[in-house]
Amino acid sequence: MEQILQQYQSVASTKVMTWFHVGKINDFPENGGACIKYKAKQIAVYNFTRKSKWYACQNVCPHKMEMVLSRGMIGDLSGTPKVACPLHKKTFSLENGENLNGDDYKIATYPVKIENENVYIGFTD
Amino acid sequence: MKKVIVIGNGMVGYKFCEKLVNKANSTDFSIEVFGEEPRPAYDRVHLSEYFGDKSANELLLAPSKWYLENNIKLHTSSLISSIDPSKKEIKTYKNESFTYDYLVIVTGSSPFIPPIKGVEKKGVFVYRTLEDLDAMKSYASKLKSEGKIEAAVLGGGLLGLEAANAAKELGMNTHVIEFAPRLMPRQLDLPASNLLKQKVEAMNIQVHLEKATSEILGENGIESMAFNDNSSLKVDMLIISAGIRPRDELARNSGIKIGERGGIWVNNKMQTSEKDIYAIGEVALYNDGIYGLVAPGYDMANVAVEQITGGDLTMAPSIDMSTQLKLIGTEVASFGDPFIENDEVAVISFENKHKGIYKRINVTKDGKKLLGGILVGDASDYNTLFQLYINAMKLPENPEDLILGARGGEASSVGSVMDFPDSAQICSCESVSKGAICGMIQDETCCSVSDVVKNTKATTGCGGCKPMVVDLVNESLKALGKEVKETLCEHFSYNRQELYDLIKINKITTFNEALNLFGKGNGCETCKPALASLFASIYMETANRQITIQDSNDRFLANIQRNGTYSIVPRVPGGEITPEKLMVLGSVAKKYDLYTKITGGQRIDLFGAELHELPLIWKELIDAGFESGHAYGKSLRTVKSCVGSTWCRYGMHESVSFAIEIENRYRGLRSPHKLKGGVSGCIRECAEARGKDFGLIAVEGGWNLYVCGNGGATPKHAILLAEQLDDETCIKYLDRFLMFYIRTAAPLTRTAPWLEKLDGGIEYLKKVVIEDCLGIAEELEKEMQGLVNQYECEWKQAIEDPEMMKRFKHFVNSNDTDNNIEYVPLREQKMPKAWR
Ligand SMILES: Cc1cc2nc3c(=O)[nH]c(=O)nc-3n(C[C@H](O)[C@H](O)[C@H](O)COP(=O)(O)OP(=O)(O)OC[C@H]3O[C@@H](n4cnc5c(N)ncnc54)[C@H](O)[C@@H]3O)c2cc1C
Repeated sequence: MEQILQQYQSVASTKVMTWFHVGKINDFPENGGACIKYKAKQIAVYNFTRKSKWYACQNVCPHKMEMVLSRGMIGDLSGTPKVACPLHKKTFSLENGENLNGDDYKIATYPVKIENENVYIGFTD
Repeated sequence: MKKVIVIGNGMVGYKFCEKLVNKANSTDFSIEVFGEEPRPAYDRVHLSEYFGDKSANELLLAPSKWYLENNIKLHTSSLISSIDPSKKEIKTYKNESFTYDYLVIVTGSSPFIPPIKGVEKKGVFVYRTLEDLDAMKSYASKLKSEGKIEAAVLGGGLLGLEAANAAKELGMNTHVIEFAPRLMPRQLDLPASNLLKQKVEAMNIQVHLEKATSEILGENGIESMAFNDNSSLKVDMLIISAGIRPRDELARNSGIKIGERGGIWVNNKMQTSEKDIYAIGEVALYNDGIYGLVAPGYDMANVAVEQITGGDLTMAPSIDMSTQLKLIGTEVASFGDPFIENDEVAVISFENKHKGIYKRINVTKDGKKLLGGILVGDASDYNTLFQLYINAMKLPENPEDLILGARGGEASSVGSVMDFPDSAQICSCESVSKGAICGMIQDETCCSVSDVVKNTKATTGCGGCKPMVVDLVNESLKALGKEVKETLCEHFSYNRQELYDLIKINKITTFNEALNLFGKGNGCETCKPALASLFASIYMETANRQITIQDSNDRFLANIQRNGTYSIVPRVPGGEITPEKLMVLGSVAKKYDLYTKITGGQRIDLFGAELHELPLIWKELIDAGFESGHAYGKSLRTVKSCVGSTWCRYGMHESVSFAIEIENRYRGLRSPHKLKGGVSGCIRECAEARGKDFGLIAVEGGWNLYVCGNGGATPKHAILLAEQLDDETCIKYLDRFLMFYIRTAAPLTRTAPWLEKLDGGIEYLKKVVIEDCLGIAEELEKEMQGLVNQYECEWKQAIEDPEMMKRFKHFVNSNDTDNNIEYVPLREQKMPKAWR
C-alpha cells in the first residue's frame, strides 16, 4: 500500500519536466472528472467548467486505496475546489490535496495545461 | 519555561495535552509525550467501528500534524521503562533519558487475563488496541477459510458484549461466557439482565451464565474450553474481556505509592506520592477506585492541567459511572446507583415482556430526587433521566410518569431540555453545560449545531448527547426569534421541499441554472445528488442527462462495491422469473465471471463487473428482455410478493400479479430515499409487506394498505392507512401517498422517519391521502401518472448513445483496464481482496 502511495507526489507547475498529452477537452465531462494513464500512474482529471479551471490528482483514494477518485463528484467548500470520493465521500482539496474532513490523508495534485483544446498533465518523470 | 513530560498517549493523555495547549499561559510550558503504541492517540471508545467502515486514521483523536502545530514533541513506539523521582528523570526502553519539571503518568490499563491453564494458546485475544483488532481480523479470516467459525468471549460485561458483537460481525458463530449469574453484573439487576440475555440470544449470540472456565484446550491453537461443571464448548477463537488492570508497573518500580489492589494512588489534585508527579486516567487510584470510562479521565486531565498551570481546581469526591451499551443493536443504559434499595429509597419498575422493555428508577422516599436507574429495550429517555439525576433536579409530582409517560395529557412528563438549569451538564465527556451552549447562541458566537460542536467539542466523545445539543441549539435560536431553517448545504439556503417548488414553478432544468438562480458557489456532494433526485422526480429525467451531478452509483447506473467494481441487478418484477431468463443471468454471470447472489428483494445481484464491462453486460441483458432494476438509485427498488392465491392454498388474492403491476407502475421512480414495497396474499404475510415503505396484505374484501415501514438499522412496522381497498383505489392511494412523500421529505429520509416528523402523523396522512384535506389529491395523481407515462429504461438509453457511453471507460487515453483490482476465492466463487 505504501508502494502505491509513494508513486504519487504532488508536482509544482514550475518543476514540470514532461507535459503529457491526455486527450481533448471534450473527452472530459463538464464539471466532472475522468481517469488517464501515465506510465504506471492513474491520474484523475477534472474539467471544472463552472470555475473555468482544470485540476488533476491521483486516482487512488488514500482511505481505502481504490482507484476511484476520478468518478467522484466535484464542488467547493467555502470556495476551495474539492472532490468527494465515491466510496465513502471523503473530500479532498483539488488545490493542495489536503483532506477536508479533518483526517490525516493527503492526495498528490498535478498541474494541467490546455492548448488548442488539448489537455496536458505535468509530470517530473 | 517548564518542561512537562507525559507518559502514555491514549485518550486521557491526549486530552491532557489538548487542555494544556489551550491554556492562556501554555507558552510557559514545553510538552514532550511518550506513547508505547505506534500511532498517535485514537478513539478507543469507538474502537469497534474499526470493524465497520472506520479506518485507523479516522479514529485518530488528532492527526500527527496537530502535535507539530502545537509544539508538542510526540514520540510514538516509545515505551518508558523507568522513572527516577529524585533526579526528575525518565528513561526509555532504549535507555535514553529525559528530565522533567512535571511528570504526568497516563499509562491507562491493560485487559486482565485470568490465570486459566492454556490462556497463552494461539487464537486467544484481548480487545483493547488497534493491533488487537488487526490480529483478530486476520485470525478470523484464516479460520473461516478452514471452515472454523466458533468464537467465544470470556466476560459478559459492557466490553465483552461489544466484543461479542464484533466477533459476530467478523462472521463468527459467537458465544459469551460469564462467571456471574447475569450479564453486565455491574450495571444491571436480574430482570434487566434476563431481558438483555433474551435480546442478545435473539441476535444469535449464545449466552452461558455461571460458567467458570477451568482450562483452554487445543493442539496448535485453542480448540475448546472446559468448565468447572465438567461441560465444554468447541471454540476456535477466544476473546478475553474479564476486566482491566491499571498499568502501574512503571510507577511501582519507581517507588511511587500504589494501592493495595493496584493503581497509582492520587489525591484530589491528581498528585501522586512523589513531588511534581501526577497520575490521571485509568491508571489513577482516586478515592479507592479505578474508573474505566473516559469522562472521569477527562475530568482528571482538567484537574491536572489546572494544578500544573497554577489553578486550584480539585476533583469532585464522587465519580459518576453512568453508561450506555453501544453497538449491539439493543438499547441498554444504567445511571447513578442502579441497585440501591433501602428504607430511604422507593424503587419504581416497569416491564413489558411483549415489547421487551424494562425500566427501573430509584427515587428518594419523598419522591423528590432521582438516585439511579436502568433502561433496557428503550433507552430513549436516558439523556433526560441522566440530567435529572446528575443535576439533582426536582422530579414531577408522580415520578412514575418518568418511565411510564404522562397518562391522559399529551405533554411529555419530563419537560424539555430548556427546563434544565444552566449548570446542567449536557456533554459529560467534554464537560459542556447547558449554559455554555445556550450562551454561545445568545451572544452570537455560534449560530448552528456545527458551530457549537467546533467551539465546545460537545458530542465528539461518546455522542450520546447529540439529540440534546441539537434541541438546545434550535430552541435557543427560536427563543431569539431566529428562524431555524434546515438548509440543504452551504450552496443552497433552502430545504428540499422549497427547492422542489422553485424548480417546478420556474421550470428549471439544469443544476447550473438552479445554482445560478437560487444558490451560490459551485455545488458539492450533498446538493448535487439532491437536485438530481428533484429533476428526476419532477421531469422523470434519467441519470444519463446530467451525469456529473449524480451520486456515485447513479453516475454509472450500477452499485459501486468496495474494490471500485460494480454490481448489476436487473429488474425482476414481483420476483417472478422464467427459467429462460434465469439461464440468461446464469450464462452472463459465467461469461463475465461475476459473483452471484440472491438479494433480499427477490432478485439476482451480479458482482464484480468492471466499469468498461457494464455496457457489454447490459447489452446482453437488454437483448434478453431485461431492464434496469434501479438498485443503484434512491428510487423504487422492488415490490416483493408471496406466491398468492394462484398456487397457495391459503391465498386470498393474486399477490404476484398485483405486485408485478405495482412494480411496473413505479419502476424508475426516484424519491428522497429508496422505496420498497411488498404484497402478501393473506395475513400470514410471507412477503413481509409491513417491513416496507408500502405494503399490501390481502384480506376478505380487498387489500389492507400499510405505509412507512422499513427494515434496516432501525426496523419499523408499516402502519395501516386504509382497509379493504379494491385494486384501483389501492393504486390511487399509493399514487397520492408516494407523491406527497416525494414532494415533502427531506433528502435521504425514508418514509418512516418522514412520517415521524410529519405534524399530525398518520392521522394527518390519512386526511391528506383519503379525505383530501389539502385539496391536492387530484394533482398528486396527475403528477404520478405523468411520471409513469414518461418511464424509459435508462440502461437502454445509455447503450444506444455513443456520447453517453463515453463514461464507461476506465482510462480516457488508453484501452487498458484498472490493474489494481484483485480477488481471492470464496467458496466456489470469488470476493475482492480485503482492504489494506
Ligand atoms: C473496546 C472499548 C470500548 C470502550 N467503550 C467505552 C465507552 O463506551 N465509554 C467509556 O467511557 N469508555 C469506554 N472505554 C474505555 C476507554 O477507552 C478508556 O477509559 C480510556 O481509553 C482511558 O484512557 P487512558 O488514557 O487512561 O488509557 P489508554 O487509552 O489505554 O491510554 C494509555 C496509553 O498509554 C500507553 N502506555 C502504557 N504504558 C506505557 C509506558 N510505560 N510508556 C509509554 N506508553 C505507555 C498505552 O500503550 C496506551 O496507549 C472503552 C474501551 C475499549 C477498549
